[in-house]
Amino acid sequence: MTVAINPSQTGEPVFYLADEHPHPEGWSTSLGFWIYLMSDCLIFAILFATFGVLGGNYAAGPAPKDLFDLDLVAVNTSMLLLSSITYGFAMLTMQQNKIAQTQLWLAITGLFGLAFIGIELTEFAHMIHEGATPQRSAFLSAFFTLVGTHGLHVSCGLIWLVTLMVQVQKFGLIEANRRRLMCLSMFWHFLDVVWIGVFTFVYLLGVLR
Amino acid sequence: MSTDTHAVHADDHHHGDSHAHGTFSTYMLGFVLSVVLTAIPFWLVMSGALPSKQITALVIMAFAVVQIVVHMIYFLHMNTTSENGWSMMALIFTIVMVVIALSGSLWVMNHLNSNMMPIHQMTGMK
Repeated sequence: MTVAINPSQTGEPVFYLADEHPHPEGWSTSLGFWIYLMSDCLIFAILFATFGVLGGNYAAGPAPKDLFDLDLVAVNTSMLLLSSITYGFAMLTMQQNKIAQTQLWLAITGLFGLAFIGIELTEFAHMIHEGATPQRSAFLSAFFTLVGTHGLHVSCGLIWLVTLMVQVQKFGLIEANRRRLMCLSMFWHFLDVVWIGVFTFVYLLGVLR
Repeated sequence: MSTDTHAVHADDHHHGDSHAHGTFSTYMLGFVLSVVLTAIPFWLVMSGALPSKQITALVIMAFAVVQIVVHMIYFLHMNTTSENGWSMMALIFTIVMVVIALSGSLWVMNHLNSNMMPIHQMTGMK
């Protein structure tokens, strides 16, 4: 004997879930975005593994000790940390429905992010100018791929941030914009988590090596 | 029947709101912790305060792990109940994958490197 889940009017058994109850729009977005972040995490894991394997192959080229300026990395790290807390403030003011303050904190976050990218690009330009290009050694290839991928993520986050600021300006803090800001919040803090790995394993352990 | 669907609905609404939000104090606590957890490893490496490089390396890796946990809790609002525990499941799965990929790659390649015959020995054999 079969068990009907949801008998129809005619009394015949129906072998499927008749209809899912309606979900509010975007109810699964945060879980879906979280799963995207986890898959992004796997990309970075592979790049970290590559760097871990190739990080010592200097091919008689420059070593981390010759290239990295820890003062600059410390400044860069603080830029990203500050942008994390200012994004947190943007989320807090968003919950209080204060549009102007949310926009202000988002703008400050964007400036810190821009400073981070600026400093990173300056560092890259300096290294390339000294001949430490990605083609120079396996260590440098792995370095530029890992740190460059992170920088690319932050750049995309900045574009996303500006897009959302325009959205909030046009439509206000509507439900959809709150959801988008929450996704960007997860993205932004996730990039900060990846940066912890970068400054520890690439820069600090590299100089220590 | 109708009460049943209503119950599901009510549950769903709650579900949509179930991701945790931070407060000013949790954000600030997370920020202060992460500043301290960043500053100490930088200081350790830049000043060379610890006697051996191995100890310094282990200590700064430990600081990194602690800081990642701090960020997860205070900035990403990770907890076991958000999204009915599915966020945590995805996170645990990812951590398992990351540990396998990282430790596996490093271990295998390290063995490969140490089993490779150095070039000067190879030329000596000819």
